[in-house]
Amino acid sequence: MQESDCNRYLTLSGLEPFVLTPESNFVNIGERTNVTGSKKFLRLIKEDNYREALEVARAQVEGGAQILDVNMDEAMLDGVQAMTKFLNLIAAEPDISRIPIMIDSSKWEIIEAGLKVVQGKCVVNSISLKEGEAAFVERAKRIMKYGAAIIVMAFDEAGQADTLERRKEICKRSYDILVYQVKFPPQDIIFDPNIFPVATGMEEHRRNALDFFLAAQWIRKNLPCSNVSGGVSNVSFSFRGNNAVREAMHAAFLYHAIQHGMNMGIVNPEMLEVYDEIPKELLELVEDVLLDRREDATERLLAFADDFKGDGKKTEKAVSEWRSLPLQQRITHSLVKGLDEFVELDVEEARLICERPLEVIEVYLMNGMNVVGDLFGSGKMFLPQVVKSARVMKKAVAHLLPFIEAAKLEFPQEGNQSKNAGKVLMATVKGDVHDIGKNIVGVVLGCNNYEIIDLGVMVPPEKIIETARKEQVDLIGLSGLITPSLDEMAFLAQEMKRQGMKIPLLIGGATTSRLHTAVKIAPEYDHAVVHVLDASRAVTVAGNLLGKDTYEPYSKTIREEYSKLSSDYLGRKKEKNFLTIAQARANKFALEWESYQPVKPNFLGVQEIEVSVENLLPFVDWTPFFQSWELHGKYPAILTDEIVGEQAQSLFDDANQMLEDWVKNKRLQPKGVYGLFAANQVDDDDIEIYNTESQLLETVRTLRQQSEKTAGAPNLALADFVIPKEVGKKDYLGFFCVTAGFETDAIADAYKTNLDDYNSILAKALSDRLAEAFAEYLHLKVRTEFWGYQQNESLAKEDLIKEKYVGIRPAPGYPACPDHTEKRTIWKLLDVERRIGIKLTESLAMWPASSVSGSYFAHPESKYFGLGKIRQDQVLDFAKRKGMKDEEAFRWLQPNLAE
Amino acid sequence: MLSKKLTALLAERILVLDGAMGTMIQEHQFSEEDFRGTRFKDFPKLLKGNNDLLSLTQPQAILKIHRKYLEAGADIIETNTFSGTAIAMADYGMEHLVYELNYQSAQLARRAADEYNQKQPDKPRFVAGAIGPTNKTASMSPDVNDPAYRAVKFDELRTAYQLQVEALIDGGVDILLVETIFDTLNAKAALFAIAEVKEQRKLDIPVMVSGTITDASGRTLSGQTVEAFLISILHIPLLSVGFNCALGAEQLRPYVQRLSRATDLFISVYPNAGLPNPFGHYDQSPAQMQALLKEYLDENLVNIVGGCCGTSPEHIQLIAELVKNYQPRKAHTVHARI
Repeated sequence: MQESDCNRYLTLSGLEPFVLTPESNFVNIGERTNVTGSKKFLRLIKEDNYREALEVARAQVEGGAQILDVNMDEAMLDGVQAMTKFLNLIAAEPDISRIPIMIDSSKWEIIEAGLKVVQGKCVVNSISLKEGEAAFVERAKRIMKYGAAIIVMAFDEAGQADTLERRKEICKRSYDILVYQVKFPPQDIIFDPNIFPVATGMEEHRRNALDFFLAAQWIRKNLPCSNVSGGVSNVSFSFRGNNAVREAMHAAFLYHAIQHGMNMGIVNPEMLEVYDEIPKELLELVEDVLLDRREDATERLLAFADDFKGDGKKTEKAVSEWRSLPLQQRITHSLVKGLDEFVELDVEEARLICERPLEVIEVYLMNGMNVVGDLFGSGKMFLPQVVKSARVMKKAVAHLLPFIEAAKLEFPQEGNQSKNAGKVLMATVKGDVHDIGKNIVGVVLGCNNYEIIDLGVMVPPEKIIETARKEQVDLIGLSGLITPSLDEMAFLAQEMKRQGMKIPLLIGGATTSRLHTAVKIAPEYDHAVVHVLDASRAVTVAGNLLGKDTYEPYSKTIREEYSKLSSDYLGRKKEKNFLTIAQARANKFALEWESYQPVKPNFLGVQEIEVSVENLLPFVDWTPFFQSWELHGKYPAILTDEIVGEQAQSLFDDANQMLEDWVKNKRLQPKGVYGLFAANQVDDDDIEIYNTESQLLETVRTLRQQSEKTAGAPNLALADFVIPKEVGKKDYLGFFCVTAGFETDAIADAYKTNLDDYNSILAKALSDRLAEAFAEYLHLKVRTEFWGYQQNESLAKEDLIKEKYVGIRPAPGYPACPDHTEKRTIWKLLDVERRIGIKLTESLAMWPASSVSGSYFAHPESKYFGLGKIRQDQVLDFAKRKGMKDEEAFRWLQPNLAE
Repeated sequence: MLSKKLTALLAERILVLDGAMGTMIQEHQFSEEDFRGTRFKDFPKLLKGNNDLLSLTQPQAILKIHRKYLEAGADIIETNTFSGTAIAMADYGMEHLVYELNYQSAQLARRAADEYNQKQPDKPRFVAGAIGPTNKTASMSPDVNDPAYRAVKFDELRTAYQLQVEALIDGGVDILLVETIFDTLNAKAALFAIAEVKEQRKLDIPVMVSGTITDASGRTLSGQTVEAFLISILHIPLLSVGFNCALGAEQLRPYVQRLSRATDLFISVYPNAGLPNPFGHYDQSPAQMQALLKEYLDENLVNIVGGCCGTSPEHIQLIAELVKNYQPRKAHTVHARI
């Protein structure tokens, strides 16, 4: 594509900046918050259901929209009021308002209303010469005073441009008026040269797509700095109802439009095939139409499309024997087996014989779920199955809901309140993004008739408390995976106490423990605080806490147990002997440096890397995957395990099926960045990192073991594995950060929206594994190629997993380096956020959750170790070295501090 | 005309902005009677704390403060009009006085600046009309239960700012300074008003914009990052952009660095004298602040330097002495354009 020379770029802003450079990928504009394009959104706005309308916006942002189009043009709506209210509400949602807004309306007063309520720089969609030059100039001038970019439609007094010449003529005229007369910044102009349907059978529509392409190309070349956008779905209008063909058309259209210079547009990602995946024959027919390559292109595509339409590939499944069982048994069977095919049918049958629709849930479904609960409780069913049962249950309830609502209206006096076992609020605490375990607990409790209010991840304490109050919940479940989350939990407990709350707290998540809960959280709260080890215990704990007769004795027992744990712990703390940090340093791991020759990396500097999911599969370590589903045992032996083998195999099959889909449809794009640098140990515990000119870039701070060792054993710090500066030899150190998670949330949420928690959790668990696999893959590449200190390495996969290679890749948070703040150093050295987009939360969790970061040590003697407890003197020294306030250092290192 | 002169001057040297007005007024310990003067003796509302009003009731005191800053070496002094909008004045029931307050304040600063222009014709002094953020916010709701509610709307702000801007210009200011921006939408309303007045009067008056980063999140109170804030205010021709208030020089530096990297406009900074102590006072001494600002200059970050809350003529004097030894930031140091 040829482009005019321009060094001024379209800039927009929400809470965060947006800059469209020639290097930027195609910009996707979210289009679901548009009443003309989405029936659902229209309904929500009409019903004044702004809360759910906001969720539509949020889903767009989470799904990767870079600009959010908002349109309220509907005859039955007060557009000014609706636009103002919706944009005001968006302003209160930082995770939505971080991206720029596109104010979309054909009415000037609605556009202006939008411009008056958004602090960031928006896009106005759209203005044109339709109503003459005077109005065009006046509006453009006014928009300049508000500060916004504009979409200019190829439209003038005579109508919409429908030929190439008219497109050129109108766009040129618009551009000249805007740039030379109004002095509008050319980079803030986005042309929409009209995407019209093709293959309509009308002769004059034949060049519609081609003319758009050529117009886009001409605009980018001849109207300097300007941009081109369009609404893609229009092109396939004549194939409504045939999604396979539409998706292929969109993909092919987009491919050519981008080639010709279209740099942003409105595309529904769900209606888009991958260009390379379009069947060859179809692609050729579609491109014949788009590029107007044959006289009979339309006829040929239509003929082909008819065959393609039939979705009748599904073979009639044999009706199994169980279908002839009595109704209750059939429903129970569906629930226990996790089969969702017939459940709606059976539930409908039950509804017709029940007096009230609610009875179907209370009797038939609960009977079935009780069987599930019993089987799970007695270890005959396993977690993945229970989650599948929940999926069936949700589907059944969804079918019944409209009838229950209708019955409420009909018989308002009858108690239609569902009798659930209790309301449970679940949240991953502020600063933390991990939620697999929390989701599993939520599902298991849900199966046991608890109502779950899931606030998601990174939930601030005030929101937890506010929701708990408003919803009058019976229990609060807190989850977290990284160490700083422990503090957040303790803080929340304090805050609840301060506010006089009594709701019992459940504590769970990988870093939490009974001991920690007893020592740190329970003393902060006067009411029940219980650590829940895994999902299977959650039901018992919740039952005990909510039972009228069990609450008192149970919470008393727990409290006594925890206070004993706590006092035992506090009592024994002095037993261990510690060295001062100076003594520990004197006993550092003294490697012999004279004869050691470090290998100079083949590459010094920072490099980004992308790997396909397919290439990561051989590196997946499956054992932790099964653990996350509470199936314990080593892979592959677990697949043939006497007890859990069958379930493990079934879960494994589902996992592979999902991975296959990910590979085939390229749903995930794992991204990584690594850097290799010259480095030297200084002052025992620090490692200086240099650039290729030997200038100091950053200093890595490591922590040293301080407990007294047996004679001859050193007090280790990671810095010991790097050559000290005074030796006079350069050594090297590497860093990495990888993720497999950018798409995960969208994938998981899509499942969740479909009431499919099972696949939602599965997607997250698999992403975590892929991120770890990526770290393993990259480490291998680093050892054998990029650094190349082990060029001849060839290890079997099991040996990789057992870490039998030379060198280590510790990550901040590992036992050897529990200090998470070193992530900030990695982020600086590798410019992680800018390069690949992984962010750090205030608790230094990585977002997306499925990410791994760490450093590379190559010395053959380098090994993993546990730091153990350290003393105050080291924390103070560490704070000084890091330039951190003492309190802050204590806060981060609290879990490692010997008291 | 003046824009060109200022641009040329800023290319030559670093200009010094004055320090705090409020802090200097506090030293006078004016009583309720002093605030009222004779004119507002029987005004129905309490007026103590309405600092802008002192331009009418204690003009000599305000004039003296301006002179002290000019004597200390300030190139640009700010008018005593931080709260000079109908919205902010509503607290005192003085909406009807907005034009007069701004006009008189501008005249006082003008008079002081002109005295020094006569005394030292080789060191031109300028008056910047201070345009504060008002005490309401257009993009956030004060009511947690109603996030769509707004205590003030864009059009109200725009109208209020327009009157202030007209009065300041009539009173003789050289520059308009939209400052202490915690909500970018409020600032956009001020910029809109300025654009309208400029258009109506066919006037080219230089505009400075100064935002406020409220805490270590590195964002404005309304949630924007440094770069997003910058993008949101670039649609009106500006002389400079920068930050003031809320933080001390030490805490503000990373954000000024980011701003400096992202734009080729002139950069201004006028921090508080450190962070407030538990009693709300600012303890940073002139020498301490000078040392912290020296790092900005060593890094070649800024074109206009001054002080905000807690700073005094002594602070400004040390800043003026400091900047003499430095070259101003050059726009070609920009790395990533926005």
